[in-house]
Amino acid sequence: MPDLKQTVAEFGWPRVIIFLFLVALFVLAPFVGVRLDDSLTNVLNRFGQNAVFVLAMVPMIQSGCGLNFGLSLGIIAGLLGGILSGQLGLAGAAGFFGAIALASPFAVLLGLGYGKLLNKVKGEEMTIAMYVGFASVMFMCIMWLVLPFSNPTMIWGYGGKGLRTTISVEKFYRGVLNNFLMIKAGEHLRIPTGTLLFDALCAYLMWGFLKTRTGTAVTAVGSNPDYARASGLSVDRMRTVSVVISTFLGAVGILVYQQSYGFMQLYGAPLQMPFAAVAAILIGGASVNKASMLNVILGTFLFQGLLTMTPSVINAALQTDMSEVVRLIVSNGIIVYALTRKTRVAK
Amino acid sequence: MGQDSPLLSVEHVSKDFYGNVVLEDVCFQLRAGEILGLVGENGAGKTTLMRILFGMPVIAETGGYKGGVCLDGEEVRFASPFDALDAGIGMVHQEFSLIPGFTTTENIVLNREAMRGSVLNAVFGERMSALDRAAMKGKAESAIARLGVKLDPDMLVSEMPVGHKEFTEIAREINREKTKLLVLDEPTAVLTESEADILLKTLRKLADQGIAIIFISHRLHEVVELADRIVVLRDGGVVKDLPNEGVSVRDIASWMVGRSVAADRAASADGRRIGDEILKVEGLWVDMPGEPVDGASFSVRQGEIFGIGGLAGQGKLGIPNGIMGLYPAGGEVSFRGKTVPLNAPRTALETGLAFVSEDRRGVGLLLDESLEWNVSFTAMQIQGKYLKSILGGLVRYRDEAAMRKLTQEYIELLDIKCTGPEQKAKQLSGGNQQKICLAKAFALKPDLLFVSEPTRGIDVGAKKLVLDTIKRYNRDYGTTIVMVSSELEELRSVCDRVAIVDEGGIAGILPPTAEPAEFGLLMSGVSPTGAGPAGGEPDGAKEARRA
Repeated sequence: MPDLKQTVAEFGWPRVIIFLFLVALFVLAPFVGVRLDDSLTNVLNRFGQNAVFVLAMVPMIQSGCGLNFGLSLGIIAGLLGGILSGQLGLAGAAGFFGAIALASPFAVLLGLGYGKLLNKVKGEEMTIAMYVGFASVMFMCIMWLVLPFSNPTMIWGYGGKGLRTTISVEKFYRGVLNNFLMIKAGEHLRIPTGTLLFDALCAYLMWGFLKTRTGTAVTAVGSNPDYARASGLSVDRMRTVSVVISTFLGAVGILVYQQSYGFMQLYGAPLQMPFAAVAAILIGGASVNKASMLNVILGTFLFQGLLTMTPSVINAALQTDMSEVVRLIVSNGIIVYALTRKTRVAK
Repeated sequence: MGQDSPLLSVEHVSKDFYGNVVLEDVCFQLRAGEILGLVGENGAGKTTLMRILFGMPVIAETGGYKGGVCLDGEEVRFASPFDALDAGIGMVHQEFSLIPGFTTTENIVLNREAMRGSVLNAVFGERMSALDRAAMKGKAESAIARLGVKLDPDMLVSEMPVGHKEFTEIAREINREKTKLLVLDEPTAVLTESEADILLKTLRKLADQGIAIIFISHRLHEVVELADRIVVLRDGGVVKDLPNEGVSVRDIASWMVGRSVAADRAASADGRRIGDEILKVEGLWVDMPGEPVDGASFSVRQGEIFGIGGLAGQGKLGIPNGIMGLYPAGGEVSFRGKTVPLNAPRTALETGLAFVSEDRRGVGLLLDESLEWNVSFTAMQIQGKYLKSILGGLVRYRDEAAMRKLTQEYIELLDIKCTGPEQKAKQLSGGNQQKICLAKAFALKPDLLFVSEPTRGIDVGAKKLVLDTIKRYNRDYGTTIVMVSSELEELRSVCDRVAIVDEGGIAGILPPTAEPAEFGLLMSGVSPTGAGPAGGEPDGAKEARRA
């Protein structure tokens, strides 16, 4: 018994509870008329869509910059890349990878500036990051209207100026990853193999990066900046590296999301996206200053599973729409829980 | 002023912190109007004694003390500093406790302001009384007049020179009607010599008015000049308690340091080759909070163990931290004839210098990471060791097997008690953590190693192991070692030469066999008389700085 208790304690009570809740939902689903294979398809799809966002949290957590509440900055870079790719008329795989390539310079530049800012506010990164995210989204609300894009599928039909709030990527790169090697089992079960493989590749590259000299340095900077400095490292540079990587992954993340979801969402849409990613990695067991690939995978699965299953099962059972309420309670609740448990080693 | 019954008598006071005895059977008495000079090395127990006297909560929290303190013939046991203030004990701390944005007057009468009734009293009671500024100023001026110094009652503390702040603090303490005993902890440490002179005169004047004073200072000449009685503490006990008649600074210094060490020195230069100058430091200044260095010059020879000692706050810790680039520094440092750029930790490490920090948990270790990481990290980052190539050299990963092997070697070599290389650094005891810090520095294979306070906060057995390790490393590899420590005995037992730091500069360099009194004198800021520069060492630093 004590062994079980310890295992549970190490795994973390919130994760155990959420896991059990998720299992209960799966068990309950058939009884309220929700198809299991449908549900599974949904969960896998959403996992694929969101995993890269969650992965983007890792480098900044490791370098001691905390949770990247300013992921919106990376998302904006990704949106710019996607729109430019559409404007240039790229389609299919070329459109998707072209979008990543076009987003990269924006992601790197924004990441450098963002990193520089975060280096000036050590200890308050998360608060500042949140406002950076909000402010940049609002700024882009103006820019989406003003920027001189002209592809008719992207701009408002009336007036002929300014980008639409949602733009279909059907003609650009819809399903580029999702449909790659897609496994169709039966009528309802679809496994987005390509997206999952791409997520796995990103996770593998991140894992590899953390094993390199620079990756090790980034981790040490997060663990004890004074130690890192005494070992001849530039703490600020390592933190900036982590911020740039995180921002870049945010850009890649939104493109992966779009190709699966089918639409680009501009204007206010990126505002809340970082919170889902933050909540997911925290549910996965990461702390404010340590995160692993396991945390990413587990967290994305649990959080997205919860988001998918709760509305379908609970709505079917109770005949009311509680999905948004549950989503907000779970994601914000877990963020509060994790932040209050932020511990630092006493010196 | 009853000259016969003592105002304060401390009787058989003992105190230990969790078994670590810091005061043992301390007895002394103090009469009204008498000035008692209390001297002792760092860690002799002065601060703890004053904390007991002042009723600091830390004493009660750690199990109280044995023995008794009598004030005016009545045994007192203060529960908090407020009780001590009420009983008439005033304390001037080493650090100023003044409010910078308030004037002299406001600081002096703080919380004892003269009040005037106002209409709001009727509704809200006493707390709404208005300040009576004129009366406050009067009170402040009379306190300043008692001191016999010139202070502007309307000046803001933030705009004052340091000396005036010190006087403001004292004025605040004597402004209480009942103050009978004034305790001053290193009051002259921040003052210039002329300011210190004025302070000493002022204290004498206060004593003549019947206030008893306990004066703590490491400037022994001031103690000899001012005190009526001198009490010397060493290792928690009173070693001397005598009237100040015909006592010389030299006597006090030797009582303070005590112990003559002859043993342990057997293995000095056995088979070691001490070569030419390897490190030369000229006019080094370091802006390290609490340990500023100002114009330190010395040189270290290849293969020797060079000790740096001195009292806390004099700058001995600033020297290695400055050379290694951890705090802003300036001056000339050259290693093997080549200039070492300052403020660049990486370059210093690349040059072949290494540093074991005194702040073990803060700077020395990655507490949340494994021992492997801790030992090999610096070598990996600086020298590119413990990496393996994959994808044909395109990317290099950590070589965890090599890191483990290295760590295992050091665990065996230094006899580190742990469950294995994967254990987290924070789970080890202090002594073993210190050995990990040493292993980290050894893994760099440095030409010169700075070791700062290697035995701070570890138990006696571990101390010996750590010191032996340092000696052995020096002997086996010929690595030059600069060891900084506040424990003089430690330096004398390990080092080939010992430099004493005072007020940010090198006060002098002595062989370890020199008389304890010589070291004590250097620490007290007295120019060495008999003990000139040892080992042919130029010692112009101090004179140059004074000039």
